[in-house]
Amino acid sequence: MTETIVQGLLLGGLYCLFSLGLSLMFGVMRLTNIAQGDLIVAGGFAAISIAPLVGGHFVVAGLVLLPLAFAVGYGLQRLVLNRTLGKDPLPSLVVTFGLSIVIQNLLLEVYSASPRSLEAGALSTGSIQLGEELFVGTLPLLILGVALAATLGLQLLFSLTPLGRAFRAVSDDREVAELMGVRSANVYAIATALATALIALAGLFQSLRTTVSPADGPLLLLFAFESVIIGGMGSFWGTFVGAMVLGVSQQVGFRFDPGWGVWFGHLVFLAVLIVRPNGLFPKTKG
Amino acid sequence: MTATVIRSTRGSQAVIAIAAALCLVAATLPLWGEPSWMREFVEIACYLIFAMMWNLLAGYGGMVSVGQQAFFGLGGYVMLALGNFGGINPFVAIPLAALVAALASLPVSKLAFRLQGGYFSIGTWVIAEVFRLSIANVAAVGGGSGTSLTALRGISRSTRENTTYWVALACVVASLALVYLFLRSKQGLALQAIRDSEVAAESQGVGVARMKLAVYVVAAFGCGMAGALYFVSNLRISPDAAFGVNWTAFAIFIVMIGGIGRIEGPVIGAVVFWALNKFFSDYGTWYQLGLGLLAILMTLFFREGLGGFVHRRLGFEMLPTRRILQLAPPAAPATASRLTPEVTA
Repeated sequence: MTETIVQGLLLGGLYCLFSLGLSLMFGVMRLTNIAQGDLIVAGGFAAISIAPLVGGHFVVAGLVLLPLAFAVGYGLQRLVLNRTLGKDPLPSLVVTFGLSIVIQNLLLEVYSASPRSLEAGALSTGSIQLGEELFVGTLPLLILGVALAATLGLQLLFSLTPLGRAFRAVSDDREVAELMGVRSANVYAIATALATALIALAGLFQSLRTTVSPADGPLLLLFAFESVIIGGMGSFWGTFVGAMVLGVSQQVGFRFDPGWGVWFGHLVFLAVLIVRPNGLFPKTKG
Repeated sequence: MTATVIRSTRGSQAVIAIAAALCLVAATLPLWGEPSWMREFVEIACYLIFAMMWNLLAGYGGMVSVGQQAFFGLGGYVMLALGNFGGINPFVAIPLAALVAALASLPVSKLAFRLQGGYFSIGTWVIAEVFRLSIANVAAVGGGSGTSLTALRGISRSTRENTTYWVALACVVASLALVYLFLRSKQGLALQAIRDSEVAAESQGVGVARMKLAVYVVAAFGCGMAGALYFVSNLRISPDAAFGVNWTAFAIFIVMIGGIGRIEGPVIGAVVFWALNKFFSDYGTWYQLGLGLLAILMTLFFREGLGGFVHRRLGFEMLPTRRILQLAPPAAPATASRLTPEVTA
């Protein structure tokens, strides 16, 4: 049982990275990015393509990938998504849904349907002994650590920095924030750029830990979404805990029957929706 | 001064007359057409009905669902179960399956309506996935690999295809009429008020929550009907085919091309989709990519769709649902007492 829970928490670390970008974009501009999962997969494939060009090490690949993703996210928001924002969520939903289809088919055309992964070297086989019979992989532990750091970093960014203040201001009231001199188009673009960098990081780790394939995106989106809702919208620590709950639920389901993991995770999500519709840590503002 | 409420124009009446004539011609298709035409019609009819329901939800009800395939698949599986295990004629089972889908939407709405806006969309998608994974665990209907509709085995191929075609035509006409009459009714007026401004509608006494639930149930009924129809024609069902998000992807495409929030939109979109499918579907991934890109471009730069474009060009609405108040020119200088309009509906 301890083993299942520990594995679930480690899986939750990955899910936390999946969901922070979604949480960030929704928190700042009420934009639901349906292409989230496909962008994660695209990030994974990009890492796989970049790694051989920079000597093969995934850390170097990540150092190249993250600024690239930041730029892509900035451009995406500036050129496309800013045009869809407004009271009506429909345009942004249709555009990100279309984007999801475009990314999926583009990846299918470039990389074919077969799953690919990124070589992690010694890290992928290394493990640390926690208990008498309890070993945890070094890589999953590293991912959990990065997830924790990313959550903490976002929370501090939001509460302590001028950028975080701008994020909160446009989230509360865009028009008033603009009257105070905040350029919301730019603030939104920085939010999406940050989210996309987190998405690329999630994709990098996904391709290191398991595999990525072009059709994976929608499922990853659902995991990200469930983490956000279980935890409660608008709080990054909530999202972190939500991801942990989802990871453990899936591992528990998986223990009963290998086909039940994802299904059981969905059921736990629906149960939370019934019992606590505002999530475990309800908070309306980021 | 008097005012009249204009609800239809000569142009719109002509459109309805032409549509009725086309339906009569279409009904005779089995007598003179190719069987492949009928199969194509049935398939596009399913897409059209599904898209009309998505349009009703998103274009009028403000509910952008990405999970209507839950009811599509449920309709298909209920039809199959009634036919294979219940001994009911699958054609008769189509409306029954639609009814089951509508009933199922009541508890589902309790879950889905806890989420708003974009999160409602993904929430409905999770629910559709739960439907898919749950059905994939039911061994009686073949689990994950699916099963075949055996209830139609005793019927000759031509009888089956002709009947499927007529049923599909009837379903399309019924769905169009249902949506049209619903939107022209008092409830439809309330729904369009909600679309324009939820707060204002609520303040005028429109029961917004009740209205949204009604739309959700009607849409589930239509999607269930489309699903049952599709698998009567297809004869083989599997969880991936029945609950695939592709159904919603195509519905979004059809509605955005044709024009969201107008009845004729999905019809125009379905015709365009049928034509694109015919000429470009061999291109596989590039074709799908193009559809996604087109949906994005339509949303960004041409949100009124082809339906809106035609409406502007014609100068009248083909299937009007609005009530337009026309004031008669004042015969004498208006005085305060004469300004009260006398509304005749």
